[in-house]
Amino acid sequence: MDNFTVGVVVFPGSNCDRDVSWALEGCLDVRTKYLWHESSDLSDVDAIVLPGGFSYGDYLRCGAIARFSPLINALDEFVKSGKRVLGICNGFQILTESGFLPGALVANKNLNFICDDVELDIVSSKGGWFNNLDEKQTIKLPIAHGEGRYHCDSDTLKKLVDNELIALRYKNNPNGSSFDIAGITNEKGNVLGLMPHPERACDEIIGGTDGLFTLKSLILK
Amino acid sequence: MDQFAVKVFVRLRPSVLDPAGEATKSASIKLGAEGIKSLRIGKMIEVKIEGNGENEVREKIDLLCDRLFANTVIEDYEYSLEKL
Repeated sequence: MDNFTVGVVVFPGSNCDRDVSWALEGCLDVRTKYLWHESSDLSDVDAIVLPGGFSYGDYLRCGAIARFSPLINALDEFVKSGKRVLGICNGFQILTESGFLPGALVANKNLNFICDDVELDIVSSKGGWFNNLDEKQTIKLPIAHGEGRYHCDSDTLKKLVDNELIALRYKNNPNGSSFDIAGITNEKGNVLGLMPHPERACDEIIGGTDGLFTLKSLILK
Repeated sequence: MDQFAVKVFVRLRPSVLDPAGEATKSASIKLGAEGIKSLRIGKMIEVKIEGNGENEVREKIDLLCDRLFANTVIEDYEYSLEKL
């Protein structure tokens, strides 16, 4: 996997792009390449991370404008080819706005911007994004969002449950998300969107390493 | 080409909780306003647009509303159109 390269997308307003790159390069020795949102050439990356932040200032709705960037247009083919895409926080919002994942993310129930560590239950092994093969079924990751309340209609929720697409659920729901949902995958499992930040939990010195597995799983084929 | 002024109203669907509306309702009551049963916050978008007649403009506005102005997972929209 020497040449495996993870593309980290940079939108105007992204602010976790460097954290993701640091976690992948510094903690996992995985090569990264920044991809400016106006690029549509994804030929030299093997997986993609849509990082957190406030793309286009969250104007209109979170992720609504980013959806129309050339890079997101090119993402359809990338996803269909089976390559892995991880959307973190604003990246998750972009994935729902652009239809790669169902549902939407709306303002937290208590209207607060919540910045905290949360306990999460690993629900599904789809896509191999989480280490739930051993007894440890709970992880702790940081969240930092104002609009992280996952919402979907009851038919979509049933589909998520029936097809094992719910990846993570909050143990103590901080934001009012439907069914305590913190992260979901697409049906194929190669796209994961989640509100918590795995890249902020990749070194004991900053409070934990529960995010390492998810970032490492980007290099799965 | 005809020019139209369009007002698009985007609202959270009734099934979606509107915490900002709830907070504003609470402040309205603190201000002393009585009788408020419900308060929900939406968006109004004003567009001036050219096209060959109302039908063509409606097609464009429908596309904009459906694909950009509203996220139909959580929002409904309606609009009014006035020929200038």
